[in-house]
Amino acid sequence: MDKTDEALLDTIADLHGIPEGSFNIRKNGKLLARNSGTDIEIVSKTDKDGIDIIVKPNVKNKSVHIPVLLTVGDFRDTVYNDFYIGENADVTIIAGCGIHNDACGDAEHDGIHSFYLSKNAKVRYVEKHYASGSGSGKKVFDPVTKIYLKENSCFILESTQLGGVTYTNRKTVASVGKNAQLLVKEKILTDGEERAATDFKIRLNGKNSRADVVSRSVAKGKSLQKFQSDLIGKNECFGHVECDGIVLNDARIISTPKIDAVSPEASLVHEAAVGKIAGEQLLKLMSLGLTEQEAENTVIQGFLN
Amino acid sequence: MLELKDISYSVRDEVHGKRQAILDHVNLTFDDAAISVITGPNGSGKSTLIKILMGFEKPTTGRILFNGEDITALSVTERARKGFTIAFQQPVRFKGITVKKLLEIACGKKMDTEGMCDCLSSVGLCARNYIDRTVDGTLSGGELKRIELATAIAKGGDVYLLDEPEAGIDLWSFEDLVKIFDRLRDKTVIIVSHQQRILDTADKIVLFDNDKLISAGRKEEMFEKLSQRPALCWRNIKENEYGQNG
Repeated sequence: MDKTDEALLDTIADLHGIPEGSFNIRKNGKLLARNSGTDIEIVSKTDKDGIDIIVKPNVKNKSVHIPVLLTVGDFRDTVYNDFYIGENADVTIIAGCGIHNDACGDAEHDGIHSFYLSKNAKVRYVEKHYASGSGSGKKVFDPVTKIYLKENSCFILESTQLGGVTYTNRKTVASVGKNAQLLVKEKILTDGEERAATDFKIRLNGKNSRADVVSRSVAKGKSLQKFQSDLIGKNECFGHVECDGIVLNDARIISTPKIDAVSPEASLVHEAAVGKIAGEQLLKLMSLGLTEQEAENTVIQGFLN
Repeated sequence: MLELKDISYSVRDEVHGKRQAILDHVNLTFDDAAISVITGPNGSGKSTLIKILMGFEKPTTGRILFNGEDITALSVTERARKGFTIAFQQPVRFKGITVKKLLEIACGKKMDTEGMCDCLSSVGLCARNYIDRTVDGTLSGGELKRIELATAIAKGGDVYLLDEPEAGIDLWSFEDLVKIFDRLRDKTVIIVSHQQRILDTADKIVLFDNDKLISAGRKEEMFEKLSQRPALCWRNIKENEYGQNG
C-alpha cells in the first residue's frame, strides 16, 4: 500500500492501515489483502469476479471491511459481492470505494452487491464513494444494491458520495418481508460538470413491513442530480421517502418520487423539497458573525452531516 | 449610544405599484445600559426597525450612528462583529445543525459543558437534554424560541435586538425571561413586545402607531399616555391580570 492507498482508505472507510477482524481489500481489480474468520467467512467466487461474505447465525457486534481502491486510468472494474446474513446476526459492513485517477482514460468501479438477510438479522451497511486525481479521465461509479429482507430483519443503508465523482448511476432494489425494516440515509454532493443519478425501487411485501428513505443532496457548479424512487406497498405497511436538495450556482436537481399503494392497507408518504439555501438561514448565521460564504458552508455541512 | 437619524423605509405596493411607507422619517436614540421596549399595533413597522438596525434591510433614507460612527452601510456580519446581537421573532430551523454547534458558532469558539449549561439554563433548558438535538422541527416552537435566546446570550455583544422574545414561551417562564433582561441591564437592549410585564422592565418605551412614530419616553410617562389611549395598549392589561390570577 502506498500513500495514495492509505489516504483513500482513510477517506472511504476511516481505516488507518489494515483493519482488525474480517476484511477484503481490493485494488485495481485484484485482491490486496484478506482476512476470513470463522464468524464471518469471505470466499472468492469461482464463476465471476467477486466474493461471497457469509455471516454465521447469531454473530453479533462484529464488523467487516470490504473497501475497493482504483488508482489507474483506462480501467473498468465490475465486481459481484453477495452477502448471506444468518439468523439473529447483527453486523456492520463497511464498504466504500475510492478512485484516484491522474490519467486521461476513464476509471470505473461498478459494485453489484446483493444482501440476503435471514430472519431477525440486522445489518448496518456503510458505503462511501469518493474520487480524486488531476487527470482528464472520468471517475465513474455505477453501483447496484439488491436487498432481500426476511421476517423481522433490518437493513440500514448509509450511503455517501463525498465529491470528485464525475458520473454515478446508483440503483437500489429492495424487497421487504413481514415485520422487516429498510432504513436508507443517502447523501450526495456534486460540483462542476458532475452528474449523479440515484434510483430506488422498494417493494413492501410483508405485513407490517417498513421503509424509510431519506436522501439529502447538494448540487453546486453546473452539476446535475436526478433522484427517482418507486415505493410499492403490497400489504399492510408503512413507507416514507424524503428527498431534500440544495442547489447552488447553476446546478439542477430533478426529483421524481412515485408511490403505489397496491394494498389499501398500505400507508405511503413522499416528501420532496429542492431549492436554494433559505435566505433566513444565511441571515441568522451572518447575524452570529459568519460571512455569507461561511454561513453557506455551515448550512451545507449541517445538511450533509 | 445608538441613534437613528431621519430613517425612512418604504416598499412597493404590488397591486398599485406605488411606494408604501413603513417607516417615515424616524428619529430615535437608544442609550447605553438601558432597556427600551418598542410597542404598538401589528404592521406599524416595529420588526422592520429591528431588521434595519441589524442590517437585514437597508433604509430608503437616513443614517444609523453607533457610538458616533455611521454604520448605515455596514453588512450584517460587520454589525454582528461590532456587537449587535439579534433574537428572531420566528427562530430559524436548520437541518443537521445541533444546538451545541449553533451555540459554538454564536460564541465563536468551542464551548465547554459549563458554558453551554449557563446559556441554556438561563432560558430554562437543561443542557444535557438539548446539546445534541438538531435545531429543526423536532423541537417545539417554545423550545426553538428559548434556544434562539440562548444563542443570543452565547454570542454576547453590546446591542441586543429582541423581537417579541415572549412569543411562544409559556406564561410561567416569564420570570426567567425577565431575569435574562436583568442580566443585560448594562447593555443597549431593544425589545419589541406587546406584553405588560415586559413593558414593566423597560427604562424607555417607544410607541409606534401605523407608519408614524408617535412618541417615546420614560416608562412612567408613557404608561400614563397608554392608559389614556386604551385602544393602543389593550390586551396586555387583561393578560397581565389573567397571568396573576392564574
